[in-house]
Formats: sequence, C-alpha cells, structure tokens
Amino acid sequence: MSSAATVPGENYLNCEKGLWSWLSTLDHKRIGVMYLFTVLFTFLLGGIFALLVRIELMSPGRTIVDADTYNKMFTYHGVIMVFMVVIPMIPAALGNFILPMQLGAKDVAFPRLNLLSYYIFVLGALIAASTLFLGGLDTGWTFYTPYSSQSSTAVTYALLGAFVMGFSSILTGLNFIVTIHKLRAPGQTWMHLPLFVWALYATSIIQVLATPVVAITLFLVVLERTMGIGIFDPKLGGDPVLFQHFFWFYSHPAVYIMALPAMGVISEVIPVYSRKPIFGYRAMAIAIFGIALVAFLVWGHHMFVSGQSEVANFVFSLLTMFVAVPTGVKVFSWVATLYKGSIRLTATLLWAVGFIFIFTIGGMTGMFLATLATDIHLTDTYFVVAHFHYVMVGGTLFGFMAGLHHWFPKMFGRMYCERSARISWLLVFLGFNVTFFPQFILGAQGMPRRYYDYLPEFTTLNRISTYGSWLIGLGFLWCAVYLFRALRSGPKAPDNPWQALTLEWESSSPPTFHNFDHNPRVTHGPYDYGLIRKEV
Amino acid sequence: MAHPTTEHHYAHHFESAEHEFESCKQGMWLFLMQEVLFFSALFVAYAVFRMFFPEAYHQAHHALDWRMGGLNTLILICSSFTMALAVNAAQRGLRERTVWQLAFTLILATGFLVVKYFEYSHKFHVGILPAKYFHVAELIGPGKEFTDPNVPIFFSLYFTLTGLHGLHVLIGMGVIFWILLRAARGEFSPGYYTPVEMVGLYWHFVDLVWIYLFPLLYLIS
Repeated sequence: MSSAATVPGENYLNCEKGLWSWLSTLDHKRIGVMYLFTVLFTFLLGGIFALLVRIELMSPGRTIVDADTYNKMFTYHGVIMVFMVVIPMIPAALGNFILPMQLGAKDVAFPRLNLLSYYIFVLGALIAASTLFLGGLDTGWTFYTPYSSQSSTAVTYALLGAFVMGFSSILTGLNFIVTIHKLRAPGQTWMHLPLFVWALYATSIIQVLATPVVAITLFLVVLERTMGIGIFDPKLGGDPVLFQHFFWFYSHPAVYIMALPAMGVISEVIPVYSRKPIFGYRAMAIAIFGIALVAFLVWGHHMFVSGQSEVANFVFSLLTMFVAVPTGVKVFSWVATLYKGSIRLTATLLWAVGFIFIFTIGGMTGMFLATLATDIHLTDTYFVVAHFHYVMVGGTLFGFMAGLHHWFPKMFGRMYCERSARISWLLVFLGFNVTFFPQFILGAQGMPRRYYDYLPEFTTLNRISTYGSWLIGLGFLWCAVYLFRALRSGPKAPDNPWQALTLEWESSSPPTFHNFDHNPRVTHGPYDYGLIRKEV
Repeated sequence: MAHPTTEHHYAHHFESAEHEFESCKQGMWLFLMQEVLFFSALFVAYAVFRMFFPEAYHQAHHALDWRMGGLNTLILICSSFTMALAVNAAQRGLRERTVWQLAFTLILATGFLVVKYFEYSHKFHVGILPAKYFHVAELIGPGKEFTDPNVPIFFSLYFTLTGLHGLHVLIGMGVIFWILLRAARGEFSPGYYTPVEMVGLYWHFVDLVWIYLFPLLYLIS
C-alpha cells in the first residue's frame, strides 16, 4: 500500500480535530490515550476513597463516618482500584499505545474491537458507579457469598458492572495476542521481541483464559439474587466455598494481570537507563510465562482457612512458594542489568528501582502468607492488606508510573520537568512505605482488616499510616500538576530523548497517524546497548 | 489504495487479504476459547453437585424428557450441517446457495428454541423453577417422586446451563441473520468470506455445547 504523504508537523493528535474524531477513532494511540485519562480519573476516585478510609482509621471509634458508610468506602476503594484501575492501567492504557509501535505495526489487529472494548469498559464502570446512587455497596471487592447474595445494598449492579468490564479485558487480551502473532515487523523474531511485548502476551493469555470464569461466577451471584438459583446458598443446598474457588480461580491470576505488565515496563526501562543489554533475556521471557502458568495453580492459598482439605492446603502452599522462583529470576536479572551500567538516575529509573524495592518486599511477605502455620495467624489481618498493597501499588502503580514517564514524550511530544518528577517520586515512595510498613506490624499484632474500630494500643501505628497516605496524595497531586504543565507548555520532545533501541522510538514524537514514515525492519535485538552503534 | 474494485478492501494495517483472514480466524479461535472457559465453571459446578448429591440428580432427571432433548440434538446437528454447507457455498462464491443454507440454519435454530419453549413452559407449569421458587404441585409420574431435598439445585443448574446456551443460540441467530443479509447483497466472494466462516465457527461451538449438555442433563442413570 502506498503510504499517504505526511504533512510536516502532522501527528495523531492533530490530524483530525473535534470531540467526535476522538470518540469514533479506531487509532490505537488515541484509544490508549482515552483509556489513560479514564483510568487516571478512576484512580483519582479510588484514591479519594482510600484517603477517606485512612482518615476514619486515624483514631479508634468514630472519626468522620459511621460503620456502614465505612464499609461502603473501603468496598468502593477496592472495587474501583481493582477493576477500574490496576487491571486496565498498563495493558489497556500504555499497552494499547506502545504495543503496536514496538512491533512496528500500524495498529492492533482489530481496531474496531479495540474501540468496542473501550466502550464496554466505560459502560461497565458506569453500571458499577451507579451503585453509588442506588444504595451503595458493602461486600468488599471480593463479593463473598453468602453475604453478597443477601446484602441489601446494590450488589447486583456492581456485579453486572464487573461482569461487563470483564469482557473489555477479554477482548483487549484477544486483540493483543493476535497482534503479537500476526503484525510483527519484518525481522522481528520471537527472540527479538521487547520484554514488554512478552509481558503483555502472557497477560493477555491470562485475560482470555481466566476472566470468563469470574464473569460467569459473578453472573451466578446475580442470578442468585434475582432468581434464587441457590448454587452458593447453603440454605438451598448450595456451597459458598465453591464461590471462593471460582472467584480466586480468576482473581489470583488477575494479580498477575496486574503485575506482569508492570514487570514488562521495568524490563524496558532498566536497560535504557543503564545502557546495558538486559541480563538474561531468554530467562526473562521464560520467567514471565513461568509466572503466568503457576498463576493458574495457586488460587487455593486465598482459602487456607475456608475449610478446604489439608492436602489441598499443602499443595497450594507448596505451589505458591514456587512463584518465588521465576519472580526471583526477574528481580536478580534487573539488578544484574543495573550492575556496572552507565546509570542515568532519571525519574523513570527511580520509579523502576522503587518498583524492585517495594515489589520484593511484597513478594517476600507473600512467603509468610504462603506458609500454612503463619498464615493461620495472619489471615484477614492488616498484614495481608500491607502485603497486597506492596504488590499491587508497589508493583503495578510504580510500573505504570515508570512507563508513563518513559513514554510520555513519545505519547504527547512534550518533555516534563525532570526535577519535579523526582520530587513526586520521592513523596510517593516515602509516603507509600510510611503508610503500609506499619500495617505489617499492625497485622502481625493481630489487627483485623476491614474492621471499623480497633483497640487503643494500635492508635500510634494507624496514625503514622494515615500521615503516610497524605504524603502519597501530595505526591500524586504534584505529579498531576507538572504533567499537566508539560502537556500545555513543556519543551518539544525529540524523537528519541532516552536513546532507546526499541521500535516505538523510531517514529516521530508524537507519532504520525500511521506510526512510521517507513516500514520498520528489525536488524538487532531490543536491548543491544553497547553492542551496536546507533545514530542519536 | 488503488485496488481492483472486485477485490475486498482489507484494513490498512494488514499486508494482504489472506493476512487479514488468518488474523480474524486466530481471533475467533481465541474468542471460542474464552467461551469454553465461560461455560466450564458451570460444568464444574454441575460436577461438584453431582458428586455431593448423586441421588438428587438421578431423581431430577426423570422430569426431563429425553425425546425432546434428543429431538433438539438432532435439530442442532442438522443446523451445523447446513451451516457448513453455507460456508462452503460462500467460499465458492455461490450467492444464492449461501443465502438458502443460512436460511435453513435459521429455521432449524428457531425449531430448537420452539422445542425448548415447550420444555420450559411445562416445567414452569408444574412448579419446576430455580431452587428458591421450586414447588412441585403435582406428581411427575409413578415412581418419579422428588424425595431428595437437593433436587432443586439440579434444576437451578439446568436452567442456568440451558438458559445461557439458549441465549447463545439467540445471539447466533442474530449474527446468522446479519450475514444472510450481507450474502444476499452479494458482499461475499471466493476472495472474501471471512464473516461467514467466523459465524460458522461460532455456530459449531454452540452446537458442541449442546452435545455435552444433552447427555449430562437428560441421560443420567
């Protein structure tokens, strides 16, 4: 196909104008940007609920709201953050934009399906958000039966919302898998794929295979509430533990839907800013799939105290510990890549190093929870809360922030203020540890999660935790300020400001509608720093 | 974009019509994979409760008429056959035959739903409903009493499984009707018949689910 001549200065942002040109766009870059702003908005919402929860927990007893409102607040925080923020954050927002470009493709395989999945996501989010006005939601994000089939709050709509959003996730995953298989540039063999692509590939497989199971599970609870099918209702011969099995069969792999793309981002970022080839490329790619595979076999570790058999507990405990092996391969490879590199400690790399630090703590504390004897004591305490925040916030969110700072110049053609970015990182990094580290101690001392009230001796640590949450809020607020300023009046970004070797940097910043002026060819690996000379 | 007008205009990010077709086909198979997983949780629930309450399953299945189920199995297998013929006709560019075969498929699918309607309405009539509303007013037949208290769970699963399958049939009829219209307008040719092939794959999947449902629900002994 003859490519249309490009007008100088024309790019995907200004080639068509008007709101309708955005709402009806089939361009993966614009869809990625729409996802990005949607997710940032839901992140703000979830963040506000988090701050409110922390303020309520500043002192024992009632602080600002009553117990019922508190239940709704932490439920909204969880539902929004899980289904509307950390799951779509990296694949749908950054992945949509970057994945086709890293493959040298003009678009994803099914652009119309891509736009459809965006609208499905928005529809699902709106259905779930409608519960705010229909009596709220107080089940916690896990929707455990039998409470969720009896709660008088608007659980049905929340379930339908999550059900609908699930299909957005499935279709995005499907689209990515076909894109990776069919639309790679000439010369881009599987062993020349950037690790971000590998990570999204593994993520997509989980999305396609696990999400439908939770979709039907949530739908069964909807049927339970509307038609009384009783499959999870012990009064009617049903089995509530079956719900937990179904739910975690998805929701544990979902943890890797959240974590794997972040690992992909980190694997992109670290070689660029340490000017070295990634350590153990092949092992890194295999480890991603190792994690994805094991992810399907460990769901029972959420259910050690549910009354499942001792044999099941033993097997799930053992398999869970096995997750540490491929994860360890990744952590060591990142550190080995940094070792003796020519490090440029940019904000992007700070987020990446922060990821390694926090994610490793999250992973290590996971071992405490995988060990049966300690888990009995720690189940449903703040130890668990701290653990999964170290994994999800420290993992996904830090990975997302690293990716956002890395690709921001490419996406919008502007540079942000590097110093401001480092300040924002420092605030969030410190704030995060101040918020969540005390929760490990609280949990070990026996403070249960989700409770409205607590014993007076837990007050000091809870206070510290709340102060930390303000630091996080401040950090992200500051981040919003300087990124918005960069969008409006930041200096123009060069095509390849970080001298990276992956294909997306061969296009202009911001890219043209067709992504590349020429048809890209791949002649070298994605991280061959120091091995080839490249014009800057 | 100066292509001969008879050729299909493949999307700008593909290299050829062949490339586009192969990608669509892979996408469709992935979609069917997620469909399998979607139903699989229900099949697991079926197996779990069958293990818990074998006697209830045995008693409950007497209320299902294997002749009706068998008739529906036959109907769907025939519809799969006509669908395959439609795909074949589309590949060879036989427009009229494509339309006719798709129309036959639609008629058979309607027949399936009509049979299902009679089955459902009979059950509603005698009080066989999802567990919470289950109340059997009259005896199903001699030697067919529901003595096991867990019989209602079986019917919950029955309605969920066949209901979801019925929904898939309905959606299938929608998309078959859509490609029937497109075929009638002459949009397909030996160079471009992707939608017919994709809908065909979907329809075979819907049939296949029923092939599993029929023995699992109707033929318990």
